[in-house]
Amino acid sequence: MAMRKTKLAFVGGALALGLSSGAFADGPTAKMLADTCAGCHGTNGSSVGPASPTIAAMDPVVFVETMQAFQSGDTYSTIMGRIAKGYTEEELEQMGEYFHKQEYVPAKQEFDQAMVDEGAKLHDKYCEKCHIEGGKPVPDEEDYYILAGQWTPYLEFAMSDFQNERRELPKKMGKKLNAMIEDKGEDSVKTLYAFYAAYSDFKSSDTGDDDDDDDKDKD
Amino acid sequence: MSMNRRDFVKTTGAVAAIGAIGLPNIVLGQGKKVVVVGGGTGGATAAKYIKMADPSIDVTVIEPNKEYYTCYLSNEVLGGDRTLDSIKHGYDGLKAHGVKVVHEKATGIENKVVKTDGGEYPFDRCIVSPGISLLYGAIEGYSNEVAEKLPHAWKAGEQTRILRSQLEAMDDGGVVVIVAPPNPFRCPPGPYERASQIAMYLKEAKPKSKVLILDSKQKFSKQGLFTQGWERLYGFGTENSLIEWQPGPDAAVVSVNGGEMSVETSFGDSVKGAVINVIPPQSAGKIAIDSNLADDSGWCPVDKKSFESTLMPGVHVIGDACIATQMPKSGYSANSQGKVAAAAVVSLLNGNEVGTPSYVNTCYSIIGKDYGISVAGVYRLSEDGGTIAEVEGAGGLTPMDAEPFALAREVQYAYSWYNNIVHDIFG
Repeated sequence: MAMRKTKLAFVGGALALGLSSGAFADGPTAKMLADTCAGCHGTNGSSVGPASPTIAAMDPVVFVETMQAFQSGDTYSTIMGRIAKGYTEEELEQMGEYFHKQEYVPAKQEFDQAMVDEGAKLHDKYCEKCHIEGGKPVPDEEDYYILAGQWTPYLEFAMSDFQNERRELPKKMGKKLNAMIEDKGEDSVKTLYAFYAAYSDFKSSDTGDDDDDDDKDKD
Repeated sequence: MSMNRRDFVKTTGAVAAIGAIGLPNIVLGQGKKVVVVGGGTGGATAAKYIKMADPSIDVTVIEPNKEYYTCYLSNEVLGGDRTLDSIKHGYDGLKAHGVKVVHEKATGIENKVVKTDGGEYPFDRCIVSPGISLLYGAIEGYSNEVAEKLPHAWKAGEQTRILRSQLEAMDDGGVVVIVAPPNPFRCPPGPYERASQIAMYLKEAKPKSKVLILDSKQKFSKQGLFTQGWERLYGFGTENSLIEWQPGPDAAVVSVNGGEMSVETSFGDSVKGAVINVIPPQSAGKIAIDSNLADDSGWCPVDKKSFESTLMPGVHVIGDACIATQMPKSGYSANSQGKVAAAAVVSLLNGNEVGTPSYVNTCYSIIGKDYGISVAGVYRLSEDGGTIAEVEGAGGLTPMDAEPFALAREVQYAYSWYNNIVHDIFG
C-alpha cells in the first residue's frame, strides 16, 4: 500500500507540474509513446482481438506494475516482456496516464448467454471484492482490475499463467480461486469468462458471504 | 476533389497575391495541405494520424488502387489458411476520418507539387510512402511479363492469387523453388515464412513434393527459430525434408527461364521447378526513384527524427522506401514511422518544434499450425540524430525451444496484431 501511495503521489506531482502531456526532459510525449502500442493493442488501446488485451482505461498504477512485472519476468509473456524492457519507469507512468484517459470499448465477441447469470453469481461471491463493479473499468476509483469486456482468450491465457506459476497469484485470489473450483468445479472459470464477455449490468448482491477478511492477520 | 492544372494556377496565383500583401507565413494560416503519396501501410497510417491530431489540415492520399492487399499474412493465403479477401482493405475508413483519397498514379514530385496521371496536387508538406520497386533487371530473363508465370508475390493481390493457384495445380512430387533476395529487402523473414507455409500445405496435400530455397544470402532473419521449426514440423535436415535451403553466394539465382521452368545459380547449376517464385532484389518505390528522393543505394535518405528527405525539403519518406538504419522494412515499422512522420508534419505546419520520436517494430512469422515466432524491437533516436537505434536489452526473438503453448499463443497474438494494425491503419 505504501508503495502505491508513493507512485500515485509521483503521478499526481507530474500532473501538477503540467508534465502529463509528456514533456519529461526531452523525451517523447505520452501520445508518441502510447501510439507505439496500437499495432497490437488497438488504436488508443482498444484491441479488436482476438487475443491481445485492451489496455484503454486501465488503472495507471496497475498498468505500470503490470509492465514492470513483464520487464522482470515475474509475469510470463511471449512478447510483452521483450517490448516492455524498452521503456523507462517514467515513460511507463506517462503511458499509464495516457491509457487511463482513453475510452473503454468492450470487446465484441461471442459468449454463452446461458452461463452469464451463473457467472455473475460466481463473480459476486469470489471476485467482486477486488474486481469491483463487475470487473468493469471505474476510472474515478483507485485500484481496479478490469475483466469485463476483455477478450476471453486473453483472460484464458492469464488464468493459465496464474495456475501454472507463470504469474504471481495473489494470496487472496489463489484462495478464492481454489474455493470456487473446489465448490463449483474446474469449468466454473468458463462461466466467469461468459459473464465478463457479456459486459452485462451488474449489481452486487452484498449478501455478506465474502470471506476475504479471515486471513488479514497473516498479511 | 482533384485539382487540375488551371485550379492549381489559380491557387498559386492567390498564394502569391496574399504573399504580396504581407502575410508573414502561409503555412501558419488556413488551408494547410498535406499530400500523401501511396495508400499502403505507411501512407494510410500517416494520413489518418495527421487528421486525428489536427483536423484542420487538408490531407489527400494519392493511391492508384481502390483496394490494398497487405503483404503481411499473405503467406497464409499461400498456405491455404486464409483467403485473399481477408487481407484486402479499402479506403472508406480513411475517408470517414476526413482524408481525401484520390485513385490516381503519382508521376512526379517537384516544387511542392505532386503530379499524377490525372492532375496536380500542391502541398505544404508531402509524405511519400511508395513501398518497393522490384528490380527485374537484376535477374536475367525476369520481367513484369515473366512474373505472370514465375510470380514474385512480393506485392500482395493478383500475384498472391497466381502463386496459390500454381501450388494448387502442381502435381505431387514437384519442387517449389523460392528465389530469395539479397539484403536489404521488404520483410526480412518473409521468404522463410513463405517456405514454411508452403511446406505446411505440401505436407497435407502433396507430401512427395518439397520447397527449395535458393538464397543470395548466407544467413537470414530468425534463422535459428525457423530451422528449429522446420526440424520439428517438416523433417528439415533429413532425407525426406519438405524444405531445403541452399545459401549464397553459390545458390544466388542469376537468370530464370520461364519457358523451361528453370533457374540458373551463380555457381552455374540449372535447377528446374514445378513452381518458381522469384523474389528479386529491391529498391525504393518507383515514384521515389523518379522524383530523385533516393540516393545511389536505391533507398531514400531521411532525417531520422522527422523522416524529412535529406534530398528534398518539405517531403518526408517513410516505410520500406526510406533508410531507417536499424529498423527493418516491415509493416509495423511503416506504421510506426507513419505516426512519427505525422506528428512531425503536424508540428511543423503549426510552427512547433518536432518532438522526440519513439518507434517500435514487431514481426510475427507463422511456421505451421499453432506454431508462431516473433521478433520485436523498441527504437530511439541516437544522440547524434543519425541512427534509429534499438534500445539495448529490449526486444529480440522468441526464445529457442519454446513450449507448444507459447508457440500457439504467438499465432493468436499474430492474428491480434494483424487485426489491430489494419484497423489502426485503415479503420
